[in-house]
Amino acid sequence: MNGPIIRFEGVGKAFGRTVAVDDVTLEVGEGEFFCLLGPSGCGKTTLLRMLAGFETPTSGRILIDDADVSLTPPNKRPVNMVFQSYAIFPHMSVAENVAFGLRIDRVSAPERRRRVEEALALVKLEGLGGRRPDQLSGGQRQRVALARALVKRPRVLLLDEPLSALDAKLREAMRAELAQLQASVGITFLMVTHDQEEALAMASRCAVMDEGRLEQVAPPADIYERPASRFVADFIGQVNLFEGVVVETQGGRIRVQSADLPAPVDVSSEAEVHTDQTVWIALRPEVIELWPRDGDDEASAPRAAPPRAAPAVVRRATYLGMASVVEVELPSGRLIRAQHPNRGRRDTDFRPDEPIWLTWEPGAPCLLLR
Amino acid sequence: MDEPVGRSRGVFAILGAPPVLWLVVFFLVPLSIIWAYSFGQNVNLTRIAVDGNLANYAHALRPLYLGIIGKSLWFAGLTTLLCLIVGFPVAVAISFAGPRTKAWLLLLVMLPFWTNLLIRTYALMAVLRTEGYVNAILGFGWKGLAAVAALAGLHMPAFTPLELLHNDFAVVFGLVYVQLPFMVLPLYAALDRLDRSLIEASLDLGSSHLGAFAKVVVPLAMPGVVSGVLVTLIPSVGAYLTPDLLGGPSSMMIANVIERQFKAADDWPFGAALSFLLMYMTFAAMAAQAFAGRRRSPT
Amino acid sequence: MRAPPGPLDYLRRWPLRAWLAATAVFLYAPLITLMAFSFNDSKRNIVWRGFTLKYYALTFADADLIQAFVNSLTIALVSTVVSLVLGAMTALLLWRFRFPGKPALEGALGLPIVVPEICMGVAMLVFFTEVLPWPTEAPWPLNLGSIIISHISFSFSFVAVVVRGRLASFDRSLEEAARDLGAGEWRIFREVLVPHMQPGLIAGALLAFTLSLDDFVITFFTSGPDTTTFPIKVYSMVRFSVTPEVNAASTLLIVITVALTALALWLQGPGVTQTPQAGEGLLP
Repeated sequence: MNGPIIRFEGVGKAFGRTVAVDDVTLEVGEGEFFCLLGPSGCGKTTLLRMLAGFETPTSGRILIDDADVSLTPPNKRPVNMVFQSYAIFPHMSVAENVAFGLRIDRVSAPERRRRVEEALALVKLEGLGGRRPDQLSGGQRQRVALARALVKRPRVLLLDEPLSALDAKLREAMRAELAQLQASVGITFLMVTHDQEEALAMASRCAVMDEGRLEQVAPPADIYERPASRFVADFIGQVNLFEGVVVETQGGRIRVQSADLPAPVDVSSEAEVHTDQTVWIALRPEVIELWPRDGDDEASAPRAAPPRAAPAVVRRATYLGMASVVEVELPSGRLIRAQHPNRGRRDTDFRPDEPIWLTWEPGAPCLLLR
Repeated sequence: MDEPVGRSRGVFAILGAPPVLWLVVFFLVPLSIIWAYSFGQNVNLTRIAVDGNLANYAHALRPLYLGIIGKSLWFAGLTTLLCLIVGFPVAVAISFAGPRTKAWLLLLVMLPFWTNLLIRTYALMAVLRTEGYVNAILGFGWKGLAAVAALAGLHMPAFTPLELLHNDFAVVFGLVYVQLPFMVLPLYAALDRLDRSLIEASLDLGSSHLGAFAKVVVPLAMPGVVSGVLVTLIPSVGAYLTPDLLGGPSSMMIANVIERQFKAADDWPFGAALSFLLMYMTFAAMAAQAFAGRRRSPT
Repeated sequence: MRAPPGPLDYLRRWPLRAWLAATAVFLYAPLITLMAFSFNDSKRNIVWRGFTLKYYALTFADADLIQAFVNSLTIALVSTVVSLVLGAMTALLLWRFRFPGKPALEGALGLPIVVPEICMGVAMLVFFTEVLPWPTEAPWPLNLGSIIISHISFSFSFVAVVVRGRLASFDRSLEEAARDLGAGEWRIFREVLVPHMQPGLIAGALLAFTLSLDDFVITFFTSGPDTTTFPIKVYSMVRFSVTPEVNAASTLLIVITVALTALALWLQGPGVTQTPQAGEGLLP
């Protein structure tokens, strides 16, 4: 990766009194598949459109290849966008659509034909140049939009919720294809989506946004395993959050006491905290293991919990096929979710009011400071 | 989504100037002159002095002309009522048709109305006159009856053709004939938007079909009714050709009087005043509709 | 075997069907008989005496009538072209821009549509007598100028309504996509916007054409003995009597206007009769 190809410096956008984007500073490196992720209304699409040139930032600046493009009109920027509705020109054939941008660049006719064919082959639409848009399926129209944008060899390709209009099976297939496409073409992709699975599967780095602000910018695994805030932890996947207080810190090991948990939890973290600071513990349902319990006798508890296993009672179990989601009540009265994989063993059968032990790996809990 | 003029001032000026100029010079100016004349009087054969007097309007309110204005309103009102009565079931029928039938039925209703008004009125002349089709059919039937009666020894008087043309009846008939499609369209539009399950709910709760219509459909279709009434009433009040061709000497409507002022009688100021009275009535009707619309739906 | 009518299947029950049929007869009988009797070989016009085309021949031989028809066509053509341009400009202006006074302009543009024809007719008469006296001795077709101008004044608002209706369905993201790919204003207008407007433009043009061809009242006040139009000429024939010649001329006019309007509707696309705005599309 060379120096950043895109830089947002303190970018903000307000529509009247509504603040859509609030002081975003972000760098995207060349060749990355970067994803903007967040709930609707978080400002991700506005940010994308500012990069494309369809909105002007009310504060801050945007640089592409170190050049300030904040005031450059969209038709003069080295970026191209795949619109959410694809925006294929209905009165032109597929080939004419793809050639549109090339004609503006005054590319010669033979060269145009060659590049259009190349682009169509890239998106697996060879031979369909003569079709009209109303003869194409949704998935095919999306590929035309891709080809049309890519044929101009932009520095960055912007994608606005590209998979949202496709049905589930097609979506999965396109995820892999888009990722492959990006890898083979090598262009920087910047994608906006509200679907976390998509973001985790395709991106090399993600930015999670909420209410116009960046919550966390990191590779997908870090976002999932090491969320930076309660919002991120809750937005991606499922999570159990426990509010607690720091009781002890000792060289990379932090002990947190929570009213909801029967015993203090040890987390290894380099975070700078002080005693009595309010923090949160995040535990994902799938890291919680469930064991049958016979009374409160700790001797019968399974080994493995730091400091020890927590006794709990099953409240409700939902069988989902590949796993069961079990709602469990802790001694404090707090209800949490656990996810128990279906390995075919008989102890997947959980009944309400059944007493169980909960355990988790020492490294499973995650410390959240906000 | 429209945008403020901003940097596209040039485009705005180019797009806006010609239509606005045309509208002002070739539409608003002529109307303003008429408006001015309505406050003027004839000085001599060729000049008109605009002196802000209301004599023309006063003249228009004299019994003779008031009567004609009243008659025009009466004709227009009657026409609208008849169109509503005839047109409502037609609109209902079309709105309950299947999608393909619907399109064809709408076409069927609209087709006569694309033909020239003059020709439609002329066609009615052929139907209504004493040697026209109606009388021909009636006469034929009468002759048949007379023949049968003669066999029984009874003598029936000769057939006297009905006077269906060149009178008030013909004018109203003609107006209804010409305006009916205007009424059907807005009614249909309103009925088409109606949620069918409301009628089903009404039936489910025990009402009859007619009851459901009276209590559910008609109230909800009111905006369409108001629209249809307006679109039928206004052109009817200002009708010229229909009363001219189908009416008798006593069936004159406002438009005929206006025409006479400008052509035969050469009293332009008075004609101008009458024209504007007609326009004020038109605007009043439109304002009434807008007001009724706003009161009805707070949305 | 069709299922029995459901409770809401009103159209399948006889009362409504009968009503519809009766209305159809009411609307069509006069017109159909008029057209049928144009082929009737009889001056009196009631009883069918035989098929003939001689009244059509008479019509085509009537020099005054032909001249009137040519006038009507010329007026309609010129009026259509200018109305189309003015109407399209108006539609674009109102669709794209927001500016102070916009409601006032929209109101003013609606006036030609609502003002009673007689009012507009006399207004134009006065205008062309007092303000801009039109040289009626000018060579053809210039002598038709006052009629043409009047026609344009009332048609371009209709064209604007039609075109604006079409513009409303324009997907703005097409414009953004074109811009994103590098297109400038003029190219976007020419290559993306105009193709979308095309059905509206054609429908508007046909509407303006029929409005002009059919017009009577306004033309009545702006035409003169040397500048008659087809409807005016037919009117003078009609005032005299009901003859098969008039039937023939009328049938011709019916066929032309219906064909043109059907064409306009077809070009406006399939959705036009299903929308509540059907009224605007179908009302001349």
